[in-house]
Amino acid sequence: MTDPLVIFDMLLALAIVALAAASLSVRDLFSMIVLFIIFGLLSALAWVRLSAPDVALAEAAIGTGVTGALLLKTLHHLRYVSGTLNQQTALGVTPVAPVPMGIILANAGFCGLITLGLVVAFLGAPATGPGFDALVVEAMPQSGVEQPVTGVLLNFRAYDTLMEVVVLLAAVVAVWQIERGLSEAPAPVMGEVWQGFARLALPAIVVVGTYLLWVGAEASGGAFQGGAVLAAVGLLLLLTRAYVPQPAHRGIARGAFVLGTAAFALVALLVASGGRVAFEYPLEHAKTLILLIEGVVTLSIAVTLAALFHGREPVALIEGGPNDT
Amino acid sequence: MTPDLIYGLTGIAVFGIGLVGALCAQDRLRRVLALKLCSVGAGFLLVVGAWREPPATTDPVPHALVITGIVVMVSATAVALALIRRLQTLETTDEH
Repeated sequence: MTDPLVIFDMLLALAIVALAAASLSVRDLFSMIVLFIIFGLLSALAWVRLSAPDVALAEAAIGTGVTGALLLKTLHHLRYVSGTLNQQTALGVTPVAPVPMGIILANAGFCGLITLGLVVAFLGAPATGPGFDALVVEAMPQSGVEQPVTGVLLNFRAYDTLMEVVVLLAAVVAVWQIERGLSEAPAPVMGEVWQGFARLALPAIVVVGTYLLWVGAEASGGAFQGGAVLAAVGLLLLLTRAYVPQPAHRGIARGAFVLGTAAFALVALLVASGGRVAFEYPLEHAKTLILLIEGVVTLSIAVTLAALFHGREPVALIEGGPNDT
Repeated sequence: MTPDLIYGLTGIAVFGIGLVGALCAQDRLRRVLALKLCSVGAGFLLVVGAWREPPATTDPVPHALVITGIVVMVSATAVALALIRRLQTLETTDEH
């Protein structure tokens, strides 16, 4: 007896591997990015099949959506900056001497050996090793939420999540520093249709993002998925030029970047000051505290991801780069 | 044939393809994308490790780890892409 879902799984697995190979071997960089986006969405689908809807949402929204937008923006920048000097730079390909075929083959051979070793290790691993599932199920009543992944992210392993928000903050600081004084690539011309689409889509995206945040306590969703969906609002506003970042808004933006980390750390310190371990929330306030952290962190993530997409910090439009810092 | 076996092998294959790409790709954008493929492959293995036969519930700890990994990866990608944009600008202004 063959389960029809097994056939679906095999076809999906084949499509994922083929798309991964195609996105690296296709010559045109725009096609590469589009193939990668399809690859990411199909991977998210595969993770739904493995009963990991939270991870699938995060991969679809952040790993594919935001990453895809970042890649397309960079490609636009590379093509604009390098102009159309010759075919190679027009394609965005960095002109370098070709690597000898022997080195490529040797590298590919070693990668093949590593992959083979991983396959042997994977097939030889015990089918069901001891996991944390029993421990989590046991501790869930003390977490204040009903969704295990949210409980792990914001209660049992809250330090990881705090550090993750810090990494996002560090990324936006680094991007602003790297692109300081960089000339601005002109925004692509968007037609009337795009404006209308933004007007229709924006309210819906706001509702979906907020819903994802709210539902995270009981079902799949949460701060990171909701934040990424809300970041799409920022991307649309930036692309339609409905919002043009002004130098005067830098203070607000910086505040929003830090807000998530600060609120998260503050809650930990307050909890710790009551004679408890940091993140050992008192049970009666656990859900309130978790929702508070999630709400603030969502806002911070949305603003940070939109800022990562925009790149440079907004500066006054005067020749010679930033005039005040 | 269970989903964990199929998708576990898929994850390893994607990781291997990403590894070859990261070592052999010529241009920077493709190399960053290859590393992203590696991270998705690693994510596959963690999600497969968390999977249990349907009546049992999955292990939420690896799921939380993968979500953390996805957010860290997008931060790293954003910084790498900013460096690529900056490098390209420096190179093209040097040539003229």
